[in-house]
Amino acid sequence: MNTTIMLFLLQDGITNGAIYALLGLALVLVFAVTRVILIPQGEFVTFGALSYAMLATGQVPGTARLAVAMGVVAFGLDLYAARRSLRIKLVVRSVLLNIVLPVAILALTYALAGPKTPIAVNIALSLLIVAAIGLFLYRIAFQPLAHTSVLVLLIASVGCHLALQGLGLVFFGAEGLRGPALSNAAFTVGPLRFTGQSIAVYGLTIAFIIALWLFFGFTLMGKALRATAVNRLGARLVGIRTTLSGQIAFLLASVIGAISGILIVPITTLYYDTGFLIGLKGFIAAIIGGLVSYPLTAVAALVVGSVEAFSSFYASNFKEVIVFTLILPVLVLRSLAAPAVEEEKD
Amino acid sequence: MSALLKVSDAHVAYGKVEAVRSVSLEVADNEIVTIIGANGAGKTTLLNAIMGILPLTGLAAFAGADMAALDIEDRVAAGLSLVPEHRELFGTMNVEDNLQLGAFRIPKAIAAGSFERVYTLFPRLKERRKQLAGTLSGGEQQMLAMGRALMGAPKLLMLDEPSLGLAPIIVADIFRTIGELRAAGVSVLLVEQNAQAALKIADRAYVMELGEFVLSGPASDIATNARVAASYLGFTHEGESAI
Amino acid sequence: MTQRLPLIIFAIVMAVIPFIPGIPPFWIVLLDNIGLAALVAMGLVLLTGVGGLTSFGQAAFCGFGAYTTAVLTTAYGVSPWLTLPLSLLVSGIAAVLLGIVTVRLSGHYLPLGTIAWGIGLFYLFSKLEFLGRNDGISGIPPLSIGGFRMLDPGTIYFAIWIAVLLSALLTMNLLDSRTGRAIRALRRGHIAGEAFGVQTPRAKLLVFIYAAVLAGLSGWLYAHFQRAANPTPFGAHAGIEYLFIAVVGGAGYVWGAVLGAGIVVILKEILQSYLPYIFGGQSQLETIVFGILLVVLLQLAPTGVWPWLMSKLPLKPARKIPDTSLEPPGRVRAPSTPAALLQVDKARKQFGGVIAVNDVSFDVGAHEIVALIGPNGAGKSTTFNLITGVLTSTSGAISVLGNKVDNAPPQEVVKLGVSRTFQHVKLVPDMTVLENVAIGAHLRGHAGAISSMFRLDRADEARLLAEAARQIERVGLGDQIDQLAGSLSLGQQRIVEIARALCVDPLLLLLDEPAAGLRHMEKQRLAALLRQLRDGGMSVLLVEHDMGFVMDLADRIVVLDFGTKIAEGTPAAIKTNPDVIKAYLGATA
Repeated sequence: MNTTIMLFLLQDGITNGAIYALLGLALVLVFAVTRVILIPQGEFVTFGALSYAMLATGQVPGTARLAVAMGVVAFGLDLYAARRSLRIKLVVRSVLLNIVLPVAILALTYALAGPKTPIAVNIALSLLIVAAIGLFLYRIAFQPLAHTSVLVLLIASVGCHLALQGLGLVFFGAEGLRGPALSNAAFTVGPLRFTGQSIAVYGLTIAFIIALWLFFGFTLMGKALRATAVNRLGARLVGIRTTLSGQIAFLLASVIGAISGILIVPITTLYYDTGFLIGLKGFIAAIIGGLVSYPLTAVAALVVGSVEAFSSFYASNFKEVIVFTLILPVLVLRSLAAPAVEEEKD
Repeated sequence: MSALLKVSDAHVAYGKVEAVRSVSLEVADNEIVTIIGANGAGKTTLLNAIMGILPLTGLAAFAGADMAALDIEDRVAAGLSLVPEHRELFGTMNVEDNLQLGAFRIPKAIAAGSFERVYTLFPRLKERRKQLAGTLSGGEQQMLAMGRALMGAPKLLMLDEPSLGLAPIIVADIFRTIGELRAAGVSVLLVEQNAQAALKIADRAYVMELGEFVLSGPASDIATNARVAASYLGFTHEGESAI
Repeated sequence: MTQRLPLIIFAIVMAVIPFIPGIPPFWIVLLDNIGLAALVAMGLVLLTGVGGLTSFGQAAFCGFGAYTTAVLTTAYGVSPWLTLPLSLLVSGIAAVLLGIVTVRLSGHYLPLGTIAWGIGLFYLFSKLEFLGRNDGISGIPPLSIGGFRMLDPGTIYFAIWIAVLLSALLTMNLLDSRTGRAIRALRRGHIAGEAFGVQTPRAKLLVFIYAAVLAGLSGWLYAHFQRAANPTPFGAHAGIEYLFIAVVGGAGYVWGAVLGAGIVVILKEILQSYLPYIFGGQSQLETIVFGILLVVLLQLAPTGVWPWLMSKLPLKPARKIPDTSLEPPGRVRAPSTPAALLQVDKARKQFGGVIAVNDVSFDVGAHEIVALIGPNGAGKSTTFNLITGVLTSTSGAISVLGNKVDNAPPQEVVKLGVSRTFQHVKLVPDMTVLENVAIGAHLRGHAGAISSMFRLDRADEARLLAEAARQIERVGLGDQIDQLAGSLSLGQQRIVEIARALCVDPLLLLLDEPAAGLRHMEKQRLAALLRQLRDGGMSVLLVEHDMGFVMDLADRIVVLDFGTKIAEGTPAAIKTNPDVIKAYLGATA
């Protein structure tokens, strides 16, 4: 085997793997806190990426309007849920979060969008839009289902995926888009060429992992999220709102998804439905990590990325087959090492 | 003396089965009240409903305010706290984190004082503050569950079977601590199967049978009531007096 | 046979529909699609709703069925009827291979694993040369009987709906049997079933294969209905949709699958045909609305439409009272009663660095009631789990009737005549008391899945139910026999567990906190029952916290503290033992 090709493939694999790692981390986070297996994570990726790409051409993406629409629905649900005891404070808070926030983001987007808008502003706008969508998605689709089984949550998750993917087509069309690179710098080490973009991918992935570790290990809110994941009733009994934990988890996941999208859209063309497959590869990493371990998930994601790179070179036709069957040996190992403890399922 | 907790004509249903029927009770400031009765009588159901875990029809008011519209978290914020039967600790987190989360709704400055108070009540927890909650012994877990609830500076602490599964010798310890809470300004609503121990520290008692209160009064009266002695203290009496 | 009546009426209605004059042919196509989806969803009902194993990959099994017949009929000219068993076989074999890997996975790995291989198989279908890659295979011959060719939707309609009705009948038969009870117990975890001899992995694999074969059947019909096969209908989205159908209909109900298929297929059709008019031809709008409707429907009826519908109807299931005069089913083991029934010799269990049971030794003799006491966490339940094979000991020896059971699985231990109850009640709440207790007699019946499906198991089944009913009478729950176990009080549920354990016809009964939740009188009744069992030749080992109950009942007491035995002796000796008083009982009250 040619060493240069190998190194090149490995580099490619690690770049993709880093993205899968980010997505895998978000999936683990959301699952642990809310028990939702977040299939629409892929849509956060495409929404982030394509909103950014559209902003780069000076247009206002439809996602900004979607955020407003979802906010209105969320507001309606808040009012309905609190119909028996409407307190001014509650209503004001709900208006601020669900109406004022997305409208402000939309207004900001209209005000700032243009062909000359700096990249950093476009990134910030895309993140804000997708973050709002993630927040409202939890409120609308999952908060009312919080007491149901993992299976029902999973099906609802699929429903969200279908709806958001369809909306993606409406907003961005069937044509793929590419966004501008975060930086055009590049340098070579030996046979390898490192672009500013790939460095950004590595840097941000590592930064996120460290930030998550600090957040969960050392902040009260992070500990509260962990507590919700460990014992939902226990958390409620000390006054941690499950809905608050869920919102934060979805907020983090949508931001992570959008960042992943913004990181890859300069490298490959993204279509409205590409996110699903990318998200699923994050899944594979998350499954290998057992849906609990963050470090294992990150390592597994690098493996998934590398396997994908190598198989697209040697057996490009069967790339997806290989990546998705990669899970089987892992599952075998996991089932052999499966502990005898019993999980109570409902 | 106004009632801190006032429940009147409360019903709680599990699906179609009505587990609690037309129950009324009061807990005043600085009072220790116990509900005794066999397991399955509806005591846990009643506590869970007062806490907002299960829906309750009828009136449940805390510190003079109707709690109907409040969810669990609101009730915690209002100063009501429950140590549930299964303790519901954060097993993979250490003792200190568990306690810190107990003060989730409390400003940081006040929480620092709470730590001191809890560690004084339960010195064992201080020794074990870096240990994971899930690896503690049963008695220590009960102490941690009570400690976690006290971190939130509640006005009323509801305890569900604190003696469950503990060695009699640890039970004595736990009950002594419950008695000390009154001095700290915390009222207690105690649900127990161990009627004898509960009646000893309580001011007043309710006897629950098949979802209803069949008897109530000063704890000393209940302890000497012939009917109670026969159905709840009988067995325990024999056993313990023989020991 | 009142149960069959709705089925017969339904069959007649379905048979008449195509002959209604003026019925639009398009409706028949829809009904064909509903039938095809219902078959797959019915498999999911068994797999997911009843067995608790969630699969997103069922569409791939349809693919196996469809492609098998597509390849064989087009490339090799094999008759479609010959390919039917082959299609089912291929789906079944694929299920065995994937099932061996996946069904042992616990919790959420399983659904995620099925998504992964579901997608992998989709890509495989679309890349393989001999399956025609993305274009698939066309020109598949129609089904034909003699010279009658099922070319149009109106004729294959009968093939599809006969398949649906037969599958429904067989599935319902299977669920109402010894094997069915084992399957229905899966969802509540494996430990309870295994304690009574259920081979859990085998039962899981069985439902997995069953569901895959139904999907394969649907795929085979689909191929001859469309006369073509391409990868799209076998992809991840289709797999998700089938699961959705099952959940919408009501994941635990066979007829929920049919209802769900009806709702989803018709809904999609309406969306596809009317939305473009309303919104001006925007593409993919139906996906958006479909996704949103899905979420809304789940929020309104998370348990599905079928149970909701049933609760509105004033139908009461017929009381099923078994004939207790039937002779009892065969015993599990040969009767032999050596001096020591159970010998625990220096048993040790370590979890990581924690020693839960520390070189504990004790015996249980014949006709003896022994109590194991000590604080929570003292290792009492762990000791139970070591004896019954739920856990394997780190070192030491445990033998029952002279047979070493250190590493024996629970299914082997119960065969020696050891049965148990659980500290945390492990009953199936949506099964009746009778059905729950009958699981205890699992090893005393012999009927398998196939004979149950064809109702050849009735004699065997009647004897098992009779035995279960006798034990329920014995523990005094005769009035609750056909109530759902979940509707009983916790104390009564513990008694149901005792009846279930008695169904094994055990030599040694292990009871984990049997008196918790009982009132004074009930405790006395329980004590009387246990004494009566002892006098009848059974031995009892029990864990209990109620000292009054224990002191009164036990012949001998073993005291554990921190995993170590600190005392053993008669109740009188234990009460005055200074070590026990110091560690457990405390100062005299």
